[in-house]
Amino acid sequence: MDKLLVSPSPHLHTKTSTKSLMRDVVIALLPAVVVSVLFYGWSELLILGVSVASCVLLEYVITRYLLKKPCSVGDFSAVVTGLLLALNLPSTTPWWIVFIGAVVAIGVAKMTFGGLGQNLFNPAIVGRVFLLISFPAQMTDWTRPQGFIGGGLDALSGATPLGLAKEGGVAAVEGLDYMDMLFYNIGGSAGELSAIALLIGFVYLLVRKVIRPYITLSILATVAVFSGIFWAIDPTTYTDPLFNLLTGGLLLGSIFMATDYVTSPMSNWGGVIFGVGIGIITMLIRYFGAYPEGVSFAILIMNSVVPLINKVCHAKKYGR
Amino acid sequence: MGKFQLITKGLIKENPTFVLLLGMCPTLATTTSAINGMSMGLATLFVLVLSNMAISLIAPYIPDKVRIPSYIVVIATFVTLLQFVMQAYVPDIYETLGLFIPLIVVNCIVLGRAEAFANKNGVVDSALDGIGIGLGFTLSLTVLGLVREILGSGSMFGWKFIEGDGILAFVLAPGAFLALGYLIVIFRKLTTK
Repeated sequence: MDKLLVSPSPHLHTKTSTKSLMRDVVIALLPAVVVSVLFYGWSELLILGVSVASCVLLEYVITRYLLKKPCSVGDFSAVVTGLLLALNLPSTTPWWIVFIGAVVAIGVAKMTFGGLGQNLFNPAIVGRVFLLISFPAQMTDWTRPQGFIGGGLDALSGATPLGLAKEGGVAAVEGLDYMDMLFYNIGGSAGELSAIALLIGFVYLLVRKVIRPYITLSILATVAVFSGIFWAIDPTTYTDPLFNLLTGGLLLGSIFMATDYVTSPMSNWGGVIFGVGIGIITMLIRYFGAYPEGVSFAILIMNSVVPLINKVCHAKKYGR
Repeated sequence: MGKFQLITKGLIKENPTFVLLLGMCPTLATTTSAINGMSMGLATLFVLVLSNMAISLIAPYIPDKVRIPSYIVVIATFVTLLQFVMQAYVPDIYETLGLFIPLIVVNCIVLGRAEAFANKNGVVDSALDGIGIGLGFTLSLTVLGLVREILGSGSMFGWKFIEGDGILAFVLAPGAFLALGYLIVIFRKLTTK
């Protein structure tokens, strides 16, 4: 050090970077990934591989050749998008549908808006919703492939718990065991399999201070209160709160997708408003909508009002 | 401006769909296939040419305060005429386009050309302007319809080249917005060199 460095504040720096945050999210997703591969086997591995590989490849090709910007593949965000997209798909999805989902997620939802930090909507959810309305048959085919453990015995090819509840009301899901849902769900997208695996990821993210708990907890609380009220009024028509918390993409969505930095409000109170909105829309779709599950739609809808929430909940100026 | 330019400006420089972004409602709603898009464009072309001519003729006699209602009456007359003609000769297309045929009355492009061009120019020029803008609209809708049809149903002008369905979202509303957005990007890229 032979010269004196004079620089404007801030002088404190943290080692945290986009790359380290995204790497933590990947690590937090690992339990869910492992569980899904164990129970769904090779086909799930193929989906995960195709999804992550095509997301990374598309990001590279688009930044390098179309936008001619510095390549942003190194920050792991495409890997996170790829993993989330794969975990949001049924394990029987053909690989070319996964690829189309990756094109929409990275190409349309992320890069068209200018890349990470400028996207209005969560890329993985845009990809999933696009596939859901484009390929309704393949995207709701919950046939359970042979996994490495657990499969075979209960070769369920039926609907998800939420799908059953939509079709046949509460009576159709009475026999389901909550412990099953907690450890491995009976049907659904790969990431919806095990509530425990997702919660482990949640705790890891909290401990590493990657996300703040406000959004996730307000979503879960809203869903519990909303379904609790309806269940208390009429338990024969409406499913109970615990069922609603454990089934579908609620945990995956509220932990990993609603908390996405770019597409969620900046302040804590903003996060609470955002979460309550997601919870209410989710439950409205589940109870009264045409689709059995509404988490992804709810997150997309609330994504679009994030700029308004940020306007209402900005930080107070110091001294006022 | 030469007579020929009156026609060509509607295709590229003042393309109603990709540059002026007028008439978005029929653009997004009727372009589920190339045929539908083209029919909608031709229907608008028909009304546009006739109403442009009529308005350029009667414009000097219309009091300024009531000119917009008067234009609407003129346009509505031609749209009603078009409705009867389509009902008689192409009932299938009339069924498919449905409400969007009577909605040509309030189409921004038709009213816009009446207000911005026809009431200041002669009959021949107004007719040529109507043809140019109408052709631009028809071409844009056909291209948009073709893109959505290829991606959404795997066919071109009704000729199917794959088995089964395509990417259904492109036949639905979200696909209309996506396809239009990317076509505008490509159009801008090609025309502003």
